[in-house]
Amino acid sequence: MSQVLDTPPSPTAAQEDLAALAARHGLSVSGARPPLPEYIRQLWARRHFITAFATAKLTAQYSQAKLGQLWQVMTPLLNAAVYYFIFGVLLGTKRGVPDYIPFLVTGVFVWTFTQTSIMTGTRAISGSIGLVRALHFPRAALPISFCLQQLQQLLFSMAALVLILFIVGVPPAVSWVLVIPVLTLQFVFNAGASMVLARIGAKTPDIAQLMPFILRTWMYVSGVMWSIDNLLKQHHGWPVWLDDVLRANPAAVYIDLMRFALIDSFHASQLPPHVWAWAVGWAVLAGVGGFIYFWKAEETYGRG
Amino acid sequence: MADNTALTDERIPTVIADGVDIVYRINGTGSGRGSATAALNRILRPGQAQKAAGTRTVHAVKNVSFVAYKGEAVGLIGTNGSGKSTLLKAVAGLLPVERGKIYTDGQPSLLGVNAALMGDLTGERNVYLGGLAMGMTREQIKERYQEIVDFSGINEKGDFISLPMRTYSSGMGSRLRFSIAAAKDHDVLLIDEALATGDAKFQARSAQRIREMREHAGTVFLVSHSLAAIRDTCERTLWLERGELRMDGPTEDVLKEYEEFTGAKKKPAAKPKPTAA
Repeated sequence: MSQVLDTPPSPTAAQEDLAALAARHGLSVSGARPPLPEYIRQLWARRHFITAFATAKLTAQYSQAKLGQLWQVMTPLLNAAVYYFIFGVLLGTKRGVPDYIPFLVTGVFVWTFTQTSIMTGTRAISGSIGLVRALHFPRAALPISFCLQQLQQLLFSMAALVLILFIVGVPPAVSWVLVIPVLTLQFVFNAGASMVLARIGAKTPDIAQLMPFILRTWMYVSGVMWSIDNLLKQHHGWPVWLDDVLRANPAAVYIDLMRFALIDSFHASQLPPHVWAWAVGWAVLAGVGGFIYFWKAEETYGRG
Repeated sequence: MADNTALTDERIPTVIADGVDIVYRINGTGSGRGSATAALNRILRPGQAQKAAGTRTVHAVKNVSFVAYKGEAVGLIGTNGSGKSTLLKAVAGLLPVERGKIYTDGQPSLLGVNAALMGDLTGERNVYLGGLAMGMTREQIKERYQEIVDFSGINEKGDFISLPMRTYSSGMGSRLRFSIAAAKDHDVLLIDEALATGDAKFQARSAQRIREMREHAGTVFLVSHSLAAIRDTCERTLWLERGELRMDGPTEDVLKEYEEFTGAKKKPAAKPKPTAA
């Protein structure tokens, strides 16, 4: 009883043969980047995974704590308390700002949404390398899912914010409805920005070490704890372009819009000119640009 | 298994590897002395000799070519670090190839969802999360949910599925992971050492499940150090050694050579090439 080994055919003959064989049977190259419409379709097909992954991450976050999910509301409140103590009480930035507590808390919560979205986005690929190397799915699902987790987190914070608004006596108003378009636009902006950083972070993990510094600088120029409007009124000698840059800053735009929506004493006159155009423009630019930029490197994620 | 040796053209190929090379690049391997300067070097002069810049390359798979056909179960063997898992990941499209091409029919999937599961969540939520991660719909998971839980045997000793996965014993955890992963039907299925999980009873059950999946799947690849598992499941085996395809043929023949190579079975008359009688 014997068997002849089916040794592979000689390499030179095989080279042309294999490619031809693959073509004849309609086989496709493994791990190639799908075209953009196909990629969007695949991403849409994974929408339930994206939401389930975001919710799972959110619930897993505090599952070992004794107070459990209560921390979802406690953490943002404690954050706001710290900033209030430092900026409101010690440094006195609250002078000239009516309803300073809601002003500050709105700023902190809205800013935290952008900050954490971008921070987790930076690690979206490099921190989930096991997932990327084990399963097949459009990789954009990861940064989007992380941003969705932050959005859910923000909704908890907003519940706390509404509570604060009631306590300090800000009356509910029709303008509260504006929260929905503002959050939608901000979410698109955050997702786009985090996809850009996810690609950079996948290639150069060092960027994750640098981001906290960049984000902190960004926070201090975005008028999270102080009013850009008041600052600009105090400094008349500043060049006009600086004025424009400070006001066009996407974080400042979304924060001011949210304040305008929620706080009665924050008037439309304090908003920068063409504020909605800026809000939509930033969202479209970051959302579309970030998505395409991320997709361009789709096949390289998970490499070494 | 005489039909196995007859390579006829009407067989439908599902995976074709055409002269595949896979190279890993690893940063930060500069020797302890001056590794920070090596990092700077790497950034400032990316074109420089890579070794000087602290980047090392590992040539994990070298010029491997093979064709796998529909209905085949192919074993992959080789000593540790011979490139088996790497090759499997490249077939799945999860690792880029340096040279050559891998053609596949549909999307081959690795059996395994470990990375998508979260220890802080209950077993039940992990079943859903893992299923969604593999691309199943919620309805499909709902349909198979009971089957998955029963197969894993998690609830045999009480209601454990509603406890967080971090509270499971390692055996229970790996059984649930295998059950989730095995719930989906695949065109081309890639299995990496999955048979070695759980107790004897579960191993028998998972071997049975893999046979079932093989019937549904077009092609199965199995990486294992358990030659018994390879013998049970596969009729064809590829032997990789130092990233090179050393042998490709019927399982019995390849295993015989492999056992002689590794010295697992000492035989007095070790003949490298079986001659036709």
